[in-house]
Amino acid sequence: MMADKLIPTPSQTVGPFFHLGLARAEWSDLAADNPQGQRIAIEGRITDGDGAPVPDAMLEVWQANAAGRYNHPDDDQADKPLDPHFRGFGRVATDANGRFRLTTIKPGPVPGRGNALQAPHINVALFARGLLIHLYTRIYFADEPANAGDPLLSSIEDGAVRDTLVARRDPAAGSPPIYRWNIVMQGDGETAFLDI
Amino acid sequence: MPNEFLPFARPRAGTQPPYLYRDYQSTQQRAPKRAPIRFEHTLSEITGPSFVAHWAGPDATDLTRQHKGEPLGERIIVEGRVLDEDGRPIAGTLLELWQCNAAGRYHHPVDQHDAPLDPNFTGAGQVVTGPDGSYRFLTIKPGAYPWRNTPNAWRPAHIHFGVFGPGFVTRLVTQMYFPGDPLLAYDPIYQSTADREARERLICQYDPDLSEAEWALGYRFDLVLRGRLATPADPV
Repeated sequence: MMADKLIPTPSQTVGPFFHLGLARAEWSDLAADNPQGQRIAIEGRITDGDGAPVPDAMLEVWQANAAGRYNHPDDDQADKPLDPHFRGFGRVATDANGRFRLTTIKPGPVPGRGNALQAPHINVALFARGLLIHLYTRIYFADEPANAGDPLLSSIEDGAVRDTLVARRDPAAGSPPIYRWNIVMQGDGETAFLDI
Repeated sequence: MPNEFLPFARPRAGTQPPYLYRDYQSTQQRAPKRAPIRFEHTLSEITGPSFVAHWAGPDATDLTRQHKGEPLGERIIVEGRVLDEDGRPIAGTLLELWQCNAAGRYHHPVDQHDAPLDPNFTGAGQVVTGPDGSYRFLTIKPGAYPWRNTPNAWRPAHIHFGVFGPGFVTRLVTQMYFPGDPLLAYDPIYQSTADREARERLICQYDPDLSEAEWALGYRFDLVLRGRLATPADPV
């Protein structure tokens, strides 16, 4: 019954001092425990509606392992192995120039709704001063053929908006490969955020 | 065989703050202009990190004993449970907390408020919730402090809380306030949630049974996360 439900606690901003409670530099490397899969780095910059860098933002990321399985009891894909060396969760705060860097492994594809398959992606939550509630988005990979059949990407008609979800491999980078992916919080080139 | 699972419920209108809330100035450059794209839950949204193995590090629940001496201020116990909206306890999830000291100053380089730092107080703690979703901290009551949102604006005393819950979409970062604080009426961050009943969930309750004689005041604060919908995701 609706009447018996408790109202969920409202979100409040992390504010400018969240590093005190949430900063954990070691969590920006999801691959520290040598998991299976291709090691990659994701680098980018977060800017606001004035185009100014956001030096007090934090990203949390959640992803499947290289086989496309989440380290969570509700993922019951018995045909895919769990990787004891991969938790799939990371966190990074931006620096004074609004930049961040994550190290991880490239996730495998995961099931969508029904029989759909989702292209490899990393789930992202963005926290910052000035955000009363965090924003969700996703990182996809430009060199992934499966993007063409991905339900979320396919649902976005505007190609420029869709492209904001796609990280591009830096041709100048050596090993590990670096994917570049920026967040524009507001205005021209605004990132596609998700209501989930 | 497609995965079958229960998606999480979405918030009722007005029970969460909006992205753009003009009275809180920083939202004006940081709120997206386009409406977020509605996307039905998949495995990516309903799963999330688990902390039962304590990989986040040991519990740190006594903020008054992290230094040589005792911090200044009013000693308080903050105890509560993490629940979903059906009242079910959320066990084994990470709760992280941070706050300023009794004088209203954060142990943080960006905080330049002209109030003393306390060498015996950092203001950060964490705990993994117990089987009944419970947690308990010993700390000191944080002070109010000024901020530059508008001239002569003051934040009501608050403690920041972050908690994960079972899925990526249950993540909650919030702030706990104290009952009877006259600054709440003027605080746009607190006021940003339109629904009064939802907003008042942010205020802890004084609990005489939780207070310890000659020692510390007790406050109760439950955190309620999104619950599951009653029917499985429609598999199409």
